Amino acid sequence: MSAGGGVDLENLWIRFGDFVAVRDANVNINGGDFFSFLGPSGCGKTTILRAVSGFLEPSEGNVLIGGNNMRGIGPNKRPTALIFQNLALFPLMKVWENITFSMEIKGASAAERRKRADELLDMIALPGQGDKLPSELSGGQRQRVAIARALCAEPDVLLLDEPLSALDLKLRQHMRTELREIQQRVGITFIYITHDQGEALTMSDNIAVMKAGVIDQIADGKTIYNDPTTAFAASFVGENNVFRGKVKQVMGNEALISTNRSGDLVARISTANQGKMREGDDAMMFIRPEAFAIAPDGATGDHFVSARVTHEEFEGNVFNIFTEGDGGKEIKVSLPNLGQSFEDHTGQTITLEYETRNAVVVPAGELAAE
Amino acid sequence: MPQFLRDFFTRNGTGMGLAILGLVLFWTIGLIILPQLSMLDFSFRPNLPPPEIGGPKDVYTLENYKYLIYGPEGGGQDYNVVDLKVFFRTLLAAVCVTIFNLILCYPIAYYLGQTKGNHIRIFAIMLIIPYWINEILRAFALRIIFGETGVLNTLFVGMGIWDTPFDFIRNDIALYAGLGYAYILLMIFPMYNVIESLDKNQIEAARDLGAPWWRIHWRVVIPYAKPGISSGCTMVFMLSAGALAAPQILGGPSSLWFTQLIYQQFNDNNDWPQGAAYAIVLLVTCILFVLAVMRLFKVNMGDIGK
Repeated sequence: MSAGGGVDLENLWIRFGDFVAVRDANVNINGGDFFSFLGPSGCGKTTILRAVSGFLEPSEGNVLIGGNNMRGIGPNKRPTALIFQNLALFPLMKVWENITFSMEIKGASAAERRKRADELLDMIALPGQGDKLPSELSGGQRQRVAIARALCAEPDVLLLDEPLSALDLKLRQHMRTELREIQQRVGITFIYITHDQGEALTMSDNIAVMKAGVIDQIADGKTIYNDPTTAFAASFVGENNVFRGKVKQVMGNEALISTNRSGDLVARISTANQGKMREGDDAMMFIRPEAFAIAPDGATGDHFVSARVTHEEFEGNVFNIFTEGDGGKEIKVSLPNLGQSFEDHTGQTITLEYETRNAVVVPAGELAAE
Repeated sequence: MPQFLRDFFTRNGTGMGLAILGLVLFWTIGLIILPQLSMLDFSFRPNLPPPEIGGPKDVYTLENYKYLIYGPEGGGQDYNVVDLKVFFRTLLAAVCVTIFNLILCYPIAYYLGQTKGNHIRIFAIMLIIPYWINEILRAFALRIIFGETGVLNTLFVGMGIWDTPFDFIRNDIALYAGLGYAYILLMIFPMYNVIESLDKNQIEAARDLGAPWWRIHWRVVIPYAKPGISSGCTMVFMLSAGALAAPQILGGPSSLWFTQLIYQQFNDNNDWPQGAAYAIVLLVTCILFVLAVMRLFKVNMGDIGK
């Protein structure tokens, strides 16, 4: 149980008729953390957010905020503030009235509210914009007003439902940094819902990866990226090359995988699966595009893959080589552009090499849809 | 030629444009403005037998308007108390009907506008179908409910709740119910239209920020629905003030509606100039009243069209 603005989900089930939107979720979020729920659309992450904010009662299990059970407590009585995907600013109220709406409810005087609005407008770098209407602001400015409105309610937990999805790429990247800064300044818990793994990785202290109502893995970004627990987590977060096969031999924390198309390859067993994988199990091995290097021709062994190049592309920071891969999926290799010359390998068979610690093996499972 | 007119002709072509423009002008000028102007003209003339029309006695006069205020000459009273009382009572009653309708219809419009599902369509149909029945029939149906030996009185007296039948007609309750019922749709649908387009997240956002339900309505829904509310209220007010059938059928014997006075002047007294003057006074007063209320609530003319 976490104190302060901590949020705990205990055996949380949410059903809509026969459909299970959230299946037995158990999450402990520390007060003051930036926590993300990451998953494809329809995986139940917004449902969890609505259960935390109080718009939805869980079918089973509990939502605890600051250690207090929230069952039966309405959204207007919870110490949470929600930032909607479309922001839901009140179009007929001025910016300052929008920001201080929560104070108006508590009966604060107009002067007090004005003062607080000015402070918050300074904080979100929109000084002197209080008398405008939301429609007179740009997308990024509206975004910040929505944050200020939520913060004005002085919540213990701020809930954000994909608030950046409507912004263009540049602004989105800028707002990531800004959101993280604001979170560290105010020090309250942020729970962030996103399908964008870049957003989750850059901002979060911890991430829960969700698939079809089930939480696959909860860990910090580096762990999720480098040490995924399931095939879904490995394929959903970042780009990954998958090699299907069977475990041929377990050697401590490493395993030799007999792959369908690329011979026997060695890989590290992901931490959560160590000691659980047996010889003969169906397995999936993942190697990131950037973990490959081109080896001298003819090199063979359990960390070499030979493959025929189908096409190549130059992306600027990286040079991508695509080869015929496993089960119809192609293997992607990204070589950093360090000013070296790239020779065109199209049509040739090349040998790729990787380090064992960069290949991770998990039990075979469902992959994220492309 | 102004830009909008040029655009209009480029879009529709000259022939079609002229035809549309001609029809619209014929409708507004020929069917609305000219007849009203001739009524206005009537209202300033004395009521003469046909041979004297155009004769020396046919001059412009304020007699008809004076009559509403001072009554017949030598009538023994300083003011035309009877007619003025009817006039102001009609306006007041129309305001009451409007407010009553607004309070009744806002929750219905809100429910229809913010609830999803097929049953909403069924509700809407159930609201519309009764309007297939004509106004007279609906008014008489209410008489069956409210009459001395009507459904309500039979029920309550039979159950022993009342000793004697309550006279709904004489107390104008039947009239208010009839007028209220007659214009429910005109109140509900403009509000429903606006509320339906209100983003549900706005309501949830207000709730999430701690607002109780009444404040959500006061600060979020009602300001948003204002155009629909104004549009509904103006229509209901204008139509109730100008109603004839409902007061005729459901009004008590002592309670005249101002439209009934106008009708009497035109029809029973055969005094068209007098009737025209009364009608013009009602029309102008209603328009001025609506404009004043719109200004009070900061409603733009454009909002009414929403």
